Amino acid sequence: MSKIHVTTTVNGDEVEFLCDSRETLLDVLRDRLNLTGAKEGCGTGDCGACSVEVDGRLVCSCLMLGAEAEGKSIATVEGIAEGEELHPLQKKFIEYAALQCGICTPGILVAAKNLLERNPDPTETEVRYWLAGNLCRCTGYDKIIRAVMDTAKDMREAS
Amino acid sequence: MKQTVSIRGATHTDLQHDSAVKHVTGRADYTDDIAEPIGTLHAYLGTSTVAHGRIRDIDFDAVKSAPGVVGILTAADIPGVNDVSPTGRHDEPVFATDIVEFWGQPIFAVVAESRDQARRAAALAKVDYEILPHVTDAADAMAQGYPHVTEPLKLERGDVAEGQKAPNRIKGQMRVGGQDHTYLEGHIAFAEPGEDEDVIVHSSTQHPSEAQHMVAHVLGVPSHSVVVNVRRMGGGFGGKESQMNLFCAVAAVAAKKWNRAVKIRPDRDQDMESTGKRHDFVVDYDVAFDEEGRIHAVEGQFAARCGWTSDLSGPVTDRALFHADNAYFYPHVRLTSRPMKTNTVSNTAFRGFGGPQGVIAAERMVEEIAYQLGKDPLEIRKLNFYGGPGRDLTPYHQTVEDNVILRLVEELEEDADYQARRRAVLDHNAKGGLIRKGIALTPVKFGISFTATWYNQAGALVHLYNDGSIMLNHGGTEMGQGLNTKVAQVVADAFQVDIDRIKITKTTTEKVPNTSATAASSGSDLNGMAAQNACDQIKTRLVEWAAAKWNVTEEEVRFLPNEVRVGDDVHGFNDFIKAAYMDRVQLSAAGFYKTPKIHWDRAKGQGRPFYYYAYGASVSEVSVDTLTGEYVIDRVDVLHDVGKSLNPILDKGQVEGAFVQGMGWLTTEELWWDQKGQLKTHAPSTYKIPLASDIPRVFNVKLADWSENRELTIKRSKAVGEPPFMLPISVFEALGMAVASVADYRECPRLDAPATPERVLMAIDRLQGA
Repeated sequence: MSKIHVTTTVNGDEVEFLCDSRETLLDVLRDRLNLTGAKEGCGTGDCGACSVEVDGRLVCSCLMLGAEAEGKSIATVEGIAEGEELHPLQKKFIEYAALQCGICTPGILVAAKNLLERNPDPTETEVRYWLAGNLCRCTGYDKIIRAVMDTAKDMREAS
Repeated sequence: MKQTVSIRGATHTDLQHDSAVKHVTGRADYTDDIAEPIGTLHAYLGTSTVAHGRIRDIDFDAVKSAPGVVGILTAADIPGVNDVSPTGRHDEPVFATDIVEFWGQPIFAVVAESRDQARRAAALAKVDYEILPHVTDAADAMAQGYPHVTEPLKLERGDVAEGQKAPNRIKGQMRVGGQDHTYLEGHIAFAEPGEDEDVIVHSSTQHPSEAQHMVAHVLGVPSHSVVVNVRRMGGGFGGKESQMNLFCAVAAVAAKKWNRAVKIRPDRDQDMESTGKRHDFVVDYDVAFDEEGRIHAVEGQFAARCGWTSDLSGPVTDRALFHADNAYFYPHVRLTSRPMKTNTVSNTAFRGFGGPQGVIAAERMVEEIAYQLGKDPLEIRKLNFYGGPGRDLTPYHQTVEDNVILRLVEELEEDADYQARRRAVLDHNAKGGLIRKGIALTPVKFGISFTATWYNQAGALVHLYNDGSIMLNHGGTEMGQGLNTKVAQVVADAFQVDIDRIKITKTTTEKVPNTSATAASSGSDLNGMAAQNACDQIKTRLVEWAAAKWNVTEEEVRFLPNEVRVGDDVHGFNDFIKAAYMDRVQLSAAGFYKTPKIHWDRAKGQGRPFYYYAYGASVSEVSVDTLTGEYVIDRVDVLHDVGKSLNPILDKGQVEGAFVQGMGWLTTEELWWDQKGQLKTHAPSTYKIPLASDIPRVFNVKLADWSENRELTIKRSKAVGEPPFMLPISVFEALGMAVASVADYRECPRLDAPATPERVLMAIDRLQGA
């Protein structure tokens, strides 16, 4: 099978890769670009563990083909921190112990960051429903919701 | 002596998960994230598409010619024994040979250059079956005379016939659904071949020692040739206790056969179809009680859908009986288990391990009594709690010595304002609107220890390097519960050093052998004690050495925060350790622990299977739409006993997570098989675990900060993994109350679990028609 040449931007860096026409963006990120932060939880877009941003839009990378990334700007969990300086959301997730096994955490952080970029002052209900596309089996979500609400407050106060 | 500083990461303090920074940056490596060597192959299972049948013929031609396929593994390729039964019953072949016994049973594996190629090729095999009759349900299995997968258990005490002479008696049946683990990281094993007979398997297993022994058994090599490594899991919940054996075995056989690294990772659908789940139960109960509501006798039969093999169904169904009393004294009691064989995937461990199915049956009986007598179920509960001598003996003849349930329940009742809220709910419902409310307060008592007594042992390995850094290893596995963090806190405490000095290393069968599964909530109880034992050994040597070297008594050698005081001199910890090394003190130790006091005679149904009990209680309030059966959980209050918590923030996380997971079990998570015996709920698209939008609107979780384990557990803490899983029975019962309100609470609503909106609506219709 002939491979497709794709040029895209990932976490601000220009990236080129060759992929199969059937290869998902998730597989490209994990297997070709060694960005293993996004995880495959279900492979059918139902769990959110593979969440990334594509041109600012929140998508399940298991539902998008790698070839579709041509010319787009991709943001993954690996790009959330500025070097070693953690993003406020990351700090709050740690402070609130809003993670346990941690495998849903990258997707949830990408989703939460996307929410706060769209809506810096979400209600608790908005946070709950925005994150309803990201399954977590360990925490029971409460600490995640608190962490997101508290980050939003801090970020509003800081801006 | 002035001493105000303290170490970072001591026990009984909040400390975040040791991998938290890696978790939030995406840098925590799970098994699938380990860099693959060049030439890594990928395996995928080919599974049965009938529930029961004889394999007449398999045509692999299309599989073999599919792109990228390197080869196929069948039972004939297994060099050792074609069996991964965790209990040694030899009833669980890796690959089926002539008979398949459930839809989804592995028959072969395809090995290909890529996972996608292997997965696509596996679907191309043409298997010709002679279809045989099948049974998927435990009740049908009993009706059709299907066998037990393992010996049933009977617990008996008192004179049941005498107790049944009480003025009231209710018989009923309850169906309690199963549950898929839905760990977000599915099953995975990644095997690297070594020289001679060696193989290293990286896997996401809760039981590396068993995986090691199983791989050796399947390869036909000694256990010393197999290493199993687990750094962390993306959730386990019991689903990776025995079920990973299959994947480890397949990866290892393929790695040895082709002498290349081989990874196997089923997709979510195959993970759900081909690996075991929580047992669903059909419970027949018969409870006799007096006018006050005091229980005189209980008779219960607990039939479980065990699936095609025994797996862990024996101990799971045993634990259901051990918890069929929950927190209540039954003067006369007879409980029997029926571990039924069915043509379904072999059910397995899942948080609570049969206990929840026992507890919910006890709570159903309380509900029955309360509705019959027109009383608040909480009143019936308090009346029947275990008490002092004469009312403290369990159906398995263990005395309940550490009972705190009444104190816990009364404290919660007060804190959550239960009585006033219950009156408000009754007033609301009396208005007769379409939205009905319910409220319930339910207790939990849960026995801690593996009922297989020999499992209650653990090992740890602690190295102090001569720069003062510490390496910690133990037999437990990290699946998100924070076990590694807690055990490191124990070590930090023991040496009085900051936790940052301690490196937590992956669980590996090379460092600590013959470990038990990280299961039964036992992780920190067992491994914490083993680690403490290792530290004590090293400290004893250090104290003896320092006392002799500086000519002081041993009492004058004291470990203070990050330093050691010897007589009047204070040494920095690093200098002290370096000096000990120079004087040739052994700075490494293997620790060991076995739980005292426990014993169990299964044939007699008597003993002390549990070292102690953990307790908890919760109040839940719900609103139900009587036109659709849909509901919301308005408020939940929890008070839970973890003894003297090793790490309150992590323990609270366990309680919250268990609550929501248990809520899923009792509300939205429904496993559904079609007539052909195929599981149709095999992905999150069709199987609904709780979402962020589903959790209680108000969720108050508190640990009972006054509690201390009366037994000598690690720092007087209590196990926390499983007990809170049963707290959301209050949600289930509150839903029942809202339903019962449509018939003015005259009748016990008898909801089966899970109480999906559909079931709630059907129950409302039934009661309104009555």
